Amino acid sequence: MSAPLLSLDRVTIRYGAEPAVNGVDLAIAPGEIVTLIGPNGSGKTSIVRAALGLLAPDEGAVTTAPGLRIGYVPQDWHVEDTLPITVRRFLTLRGAKSKADLERALEEVGAAHVIDSPLQHLSGGESRRVLLARALLRDPDLLVLDEPMAAVDVTGRAELYRLIRLIRDRRGCGVLLVSHDLHLVMAETDRVLCLNRHVCCSGTPESVLAHPEYLALFGPRLGRELAVYTHHHDHDHDLHGRALEQGGCAPDGQGDGPGDV
Amino acid sequence: MSDFMLRAALAGIGLALLVGPLGSLVVWRRMAYFGDTLAHSALLGIGLGFLLGVEPSLGILATGLAMALLLTGLERRRAMLSRDTILGILAHGSLSLGLIVIAFQERLRVDLVSYLFGDILAVDATDLAWIYGGGIVVLGVLALIWRPILLATLSPELAQVEGVRVRRIQLVLALLMAGVVALAMKLIGILLVTSLLIVPAAAARQLARTPEQMAALAALFAALAAIGGLQASLLWDLPSGPAIVVAALVLFAGASAWRPAAHR
Repeated sequence: MSAPLLSLDRVTIRYGAEPAVNGVDLAIAPGEIVTLIGPNGSGKTSIVRAALGLLAPDEGAVTTAPGLRIGYVPQDWHVEDTLPITVRRFLTLRGAKSKADLERALEEVGAAHVIDSPLQHLSGGESRRVLLARALLRDPDLLVLDEPMAAVDVTGRAELYRLIRLIRDRRGCGVLLVSHDLHLVMAETDRVLCLNRHVCCSGTPESVLAHPEYLALFGPRLGRELAVYTHHHDHDHDLHGRALEQGGCAPDGQGDGPGDV
Repeated sequence: MSDFMLRAALAGIGLALLVGPLGSLVVWRRMAYFGDTLAHSALLGIGLGFLLGVEPSLGILATGLAMALLLTGLERRRAMLSRDTILGILAHGSLSLGLIVIAFQERLRVDLVSYLFGDILAVDATDLAWIYGGGIVVLGVLALIWRPILLATLSPELAQVEGVRVRRIQLVLALLMAGVVALAMKLIGILLVTSLLIVPAAAARQLARTPEQMAALAALFAALAAIGGLQASLLWDLPSGPAIVVAALVLFAGASAWRPAAHR
């Protein structure tokens, strides 16, 4: 196996006396999709911030491959009405070098139609795609997405997770993903780390779903329902996939945004 | 046109070119109250300048820098206070200190009103040189930080991951604002200088579709307000600062009324 793009070694992060993250190990190999799941307050965002270098861990070390380029899709994204800015202008702020680059990146994420929309008019799914396009313009070795689905509905989420996997397949970049919905992401992820301040369990999505610690964290009832839903969802998702390829353009899950054409 | 009127108009246009882009950033980044704090602290700068025998503009720059450093310092210490509370403490603390420093100096009292509200008769050739010389520096620095600071306004985390030194750029922006407060003091007066940053930018927002359009339109509106206000000031013997701000208000009202027809 090749050297990891990024590794966290016994990382501990404290905000008060109690550690928010306690001795977490994590390594992402090139081309690998790693998903962090866990309840609120389990330290997912702290780990991502440490991985990005936005936060220095109190103990342990974060190591990145030399010259690593990270494409980051942040969690919070609320564009104030005071700032008039279109998608095109946003992507040229220290981003796209040429018009062709810009259009190709938007095409790749299925958001070519919003190129001249004000950022404020984008739906939740469209904003995620635009942020993803921005990350891709950096030609990243590693994509980091912090709860990318917060403002996206369930159908849109499935499409976006699939898009993230397709990007990985095409570009061979590593992906670090923070997610609430293991049931939606499991078909598109290689490895799952289940967190609750420490790593409860990790492995393939299937093994984590069946793991006693995962079931204890999310409750056996929820765990079972998610498992049932997974099956149901896979079917739904395949249909979507086919529709996507025929249409040549990804329909957005959130059709009610004022910017939708 | 009389000499002093020409000088005042040139000063107004020079300032307008600065407050267009800078004022847009103030609107985007919610820095209006910080602008007010700079303006309040300017009186302390003037007082200290006279006390130490240095140019009042340099005093204003120094107190402005102190305000910016105190604000970031207090915010970073997590003083359990919100930003506007900290700014309130800084603004009124520095204003009161300034008034006390000035109260100790008899000969300054006469000039206080012109510092507060501006005085076109006071604009001389040296001030013009300061406005255009300083203005070129301010615009040059703004051009350098424009894209990174726009990105940091949209998402500080994204900017930081992409290599923008967000804290440093914030400090630079605060310094530029202090510089513009110092430059605008004679024409507008420190009490109203924030409105010259905000009102033209707010009017421009009604019509702009890109950040650069907004900055350029704000500069245009500020220039129109300066010329209109100065004319009114001359005609009716009004203090120049309030006259310019009222002219800007008229433009804002016009842009707001026109917008529904132009957009959506």
